[in-house]
Amino acid sequence: MGFDFRIDRRGGIPAYVQIVQQVQQALRLGLLQPGDRLPTARAVVEATALNPNTVLKAYRELESQGLVETRRRHGTFVTGTLGRSSADSPWRAELADVAGRARAAGLERDDLAALFADVLEDLYPSKEPDVVPHQS
Amino acid sequence: MSYLTSPDAALAADGVSKRYRRGGPDVLDGCGFTVPAGVVCALVGPNGAGKSTLLELAAGLQRPTSGSVTVLGGPPHAGHPKVAYLAQHRPLFTRFTVAETLRLGARLNPGNWDVRLAERIAGPAHFHSKERVGNLSGGERTRIGLALALGKRADLLLLDEPMADLDVLARQELMGLLMAHVADTGTTVVMSSHIISELADTCDHLLLLDEGSTRLCGGIDDVTASHAVVTFAGGPERLAGHTVIESRLVGRGTSALIRPSGAPLPADWEVRTPSLDELVLAHLGTPDTSIPLIKEPAA
Repeated sequence: MGFDFRIDRRGGIPAYVQIVQQVQQALRLGLLQPGDRLPTARAVVEATALNPNTVLKAYRELESQGLVETRRRHGTFVTGTLGRSSADSPWRAELADVAGRARAAGLERDDLAALFADVLEDLYPSKEPDVVPHQS
Repeated sequence: MSYLTSPDAALAADGVSKRYRRGGPDVLDGCGFTVPAGVVCALVGPNGAGKSTLLELAAGLQRPTSGSVTVLGGPPHAGHPKVAYLAQHRPLFTRFTVAETLRLGARLNPGNWDVRLAERIAGPAHFHSKERVGNLSGGERTRIGLALALGKRADLLLLDEPMADLDVLARQELMGLLMAHVADTGTTVVMSSHIISELADTCDHLLLLDEGSTRLCGGIDDVTASHAVVTFAGGPERLAGHTVIESRLVGRGTSALIRPSGAPLPADWEVRTPSLDELVLAHLGTPDTSIPLIKEPAA
């Protein structure tokens, strides 16, 4: 199995963000799954002609998002998933049930979204927003 | 003026001037900078800025008229075992075949020659070729020159326009090999080029020369982050207090590339970080040479 990154030099999106996004996209499509190995940073450097620090920055970013893990001497492996199972997740059915009852009780879409964000905020203490700059 | 001196500098210049003949122009004029070890440094500047002269000084092929150049902690000299240099005109023995040229590289660098890397860079088809170097195209000569430079296993690579004459595919391939070499060895690279957008992906350090002196020197992320492109309603008088590199009128407003003074910028200004291209072009478009050198900001 391989993974060839394609870097678009004209789009204005930083190269390291492109690498992160291509891995995220492959995870969403199920083209990468937990246990799969990403190419070594060196192999990516040679194939893309990017500065080594740029590739390492992308891999560190993927690690901090919990999507991959680098094991010394073995390489970088996929450890996370992204949203693929959302359609058939049992949690989705439960949320849909709650949301349906809330709408029946007269809540607007924004009310429900605000409530959900509030609950999330309580359960998951908010992270610093500087972790993932998706745009330059 | 004094510059940061680091024990880990791969290349440093202090007040370097170079004049080729008495009464002639100063090709370099009080040039000073420090390139830390382990960086990939873009050497950028307009034609005649002194880029090639600077690389020749670092390679020990010329001596400064005044000032001093330091490579890897010592004085430069031709044939430095840890410094490799690709000259702009690719001086090679034209009557040698490619194979003979690469054997010469191995002979000149005993015990310090990466034959596999040299072969990959020269191109497998060329490596055993009986073709004389004098019959090669410009791009092929560049490949052979790069093969000699990278095969040397140097700690400092001085590359003058390494990608000139190469087609797009060869650029991508050879830059990839160069970057992989950097990843493997941590070697320091100083390379000049006119194509700034290409350097932005490969280099992490910038040395901008203009009219023989240093305009900017530092990590590219640091240098771009210390500038801002701002757009706002109103005239350029609102820029007072900031170092203005370039400003232009945009309808009823102003757009400018500035070095902010440090005070918070007005909330109604649209602010973004410039690209490397924008930064270099703006600096070169400004005749003001009083802009002080950017130093490595504390992280």
